[in-house]
Amino acid sequence: MNWVNAIVQGILLGGLYALFACGLSILFGVIRVVNLAHGDFAVLAAYLALLVVTTTHLPALATIVIVAPLFALLGYAGQRLIIQKSLDVSPLTTLLVSFGLSVVIQNALLVFASADSHSFDVGHLISASLRITPEVSIAYVSLIIFGTAVALLIGLQLFLSRTAMGRQIRAAADDQEAASIAGIDTHHVFAIAAALAFASVALAGLALGTYSSFDPSAGPPRLVFAFEAVIIGGLGSLWGTLLGGIVLGVAQTIGAQIDPSGGVLAGHLVFLAVLAFRPQGLIRARLAT
Amino acid sequence: MLDVHHLTVRHGYLQALTDVSLRVAPGETLAIIGANGAGKSTLLRSIIGLHRPSAGSILIGGRDITLLPPHARVREGIALVPEARRLFPSLSVEENLLVGRSSGRPGAWSLGAVYQLFSWMGDRRHEPTVHLSGGEQQAVAIGRALMANPRVLLLDELSLGLAPTMVRRIYGVLPELVETGMAVLLVEQDVAQALRIADRFQCLLEGRTTLEGKPAEATTAQIEAAYFGLAGRTGPGSAA
Repeated sequence: MNWVNAIVQGILLGGLYALFACGLSILFGVIRVVNLAHGDFAVLAAYLALLVVTTTHLPALATIVIVAPLFALLGYAGQRLIIQKSLDVSPLTTLLVSFGLSVVIQNALLVFASADSHSFDVGHLISASLRITPEVSIAYVSLIIFGTAVALLIGLQLFLSRTAMGRQIRAAADDQEAASIAGIDTHHVFAIAAALAFASVALAGLALGTYSSFDPSAGPPRLVFAFEAVIIGGLGSLWGTLLGGIVLGVAQTIGAQIDPSGGVLAGHLVFLAVLAFRPQGLIRARLAT
Repeated sequence: MLDVHHLTVRHGYLQALTDVSLRVAPGETLAIIGANGAGKSTLLRSIIGLHRPSAGSILIGGRDITLLPPHARVREGIALVPEARRLFPSLSVEENLLVGRSSGRPGAWSLGAVYQLFSWMGDRRHEPTVHLSGGEQQAVAIGRALMANPRVLLLDELSLGLAPTMVRRIYGVLPELVETGMAVLLVEQDVAQALRIADRFQCLLEGRTTLEGKPAEATTAQIEAAYFGLAGRTGPGSAA
């Protein structure tokens, strides 16, 4: 029955990975930007939430109503002021810019927040769990994170498929030039997509700080998992990020079940196997499907 | 309605257009003809805002739009049906049409009006555009441009890759549009087709206007000379 537990925990862990991956997937799928600072932005969001908690004494999870909109603004402004300019130069420039941002964020956090690791105080919730069978129990925190990921994906899906802005985002992702001559302000539309991606990375940062802990250098390892989830699920597919996250999560928990130190390695191996045998990912789909 | 004054456009070291001027009045159809590489598509792409001219100006209804980005030009009343149609593959027929409304002006064109113009389209509005034939895709591209309620409609190589009967059917909707006062500027490789439907034509050669006039007033020899750049260029209003 330990195996069943490993699979259940792996699926739930996949929710956390999906939270990280879906912003990455939006940025790549719509704007064609590979954001190497994605994990660092999640960590930055976690620190921002910490700052909000210490100054306003709001409960940790409630800070999302402040952090997510701030990050959406940051995404919108960052896209229009930095990413779009580097995109106009070349795709390689955006890669370098995002790498530079990653270094800057990590070092700025080291300077202003020290290297100590933090996690959010969510009271008794952290140890509460739902006992399903004597061997399988689900922590509420994991369940909340997984539910958040699913709700976020459903919300994004509905936004992209049902609203005029969502339609414009999909059109601009298909063909930027054709979109502009059809009357779409592509810079604005890309910036809206970046705002969505950044709001989702803020959620990921909060989830990270609740599920485990964070320090200034916690970003890059998370970026690797997010990339793996995106590749396994299929580039540009929203639900693919959840599937990819779940596959990665289950591979890690089963790997850890076989050998306590083998979890991360097992995840990497599954990722490599997908790259080798199904490089287009498990779901080959367009945005919003 | 649309005025282009002394437009010069460079692609790097290459001068794609040199001192090209044109004017299209409401309800008029102007055809740009010319060989491959004459600058026809560059001209349309410059008018919609995809190329920045190095000299000259573009006006619509007297308003200078030379420095506006494409979507803002759509708001001013220009719409382009691009070469190779450029539909959005992940959007349905109806969604493609709705995208055309993103910066459009208020006016008579709506989903219903487009479905009336192309009677088959309403039944297939939820299909992805990749399921459509080339001619049907061309119709969707025209519909998408019409949804913006343009004052000037730019058509780039409508006939490309279509069967002759389909080309005639597609061009068959033009009179209906022109009747409403819409100005049409079209680029066409099929010279006979272009001259059949245009009120006036303008021939480009290596980015310069070599001949302009009314189809009925130009002889085949004059058009051939202007088209291929043969010696002794003459003709009504010849700029060369």
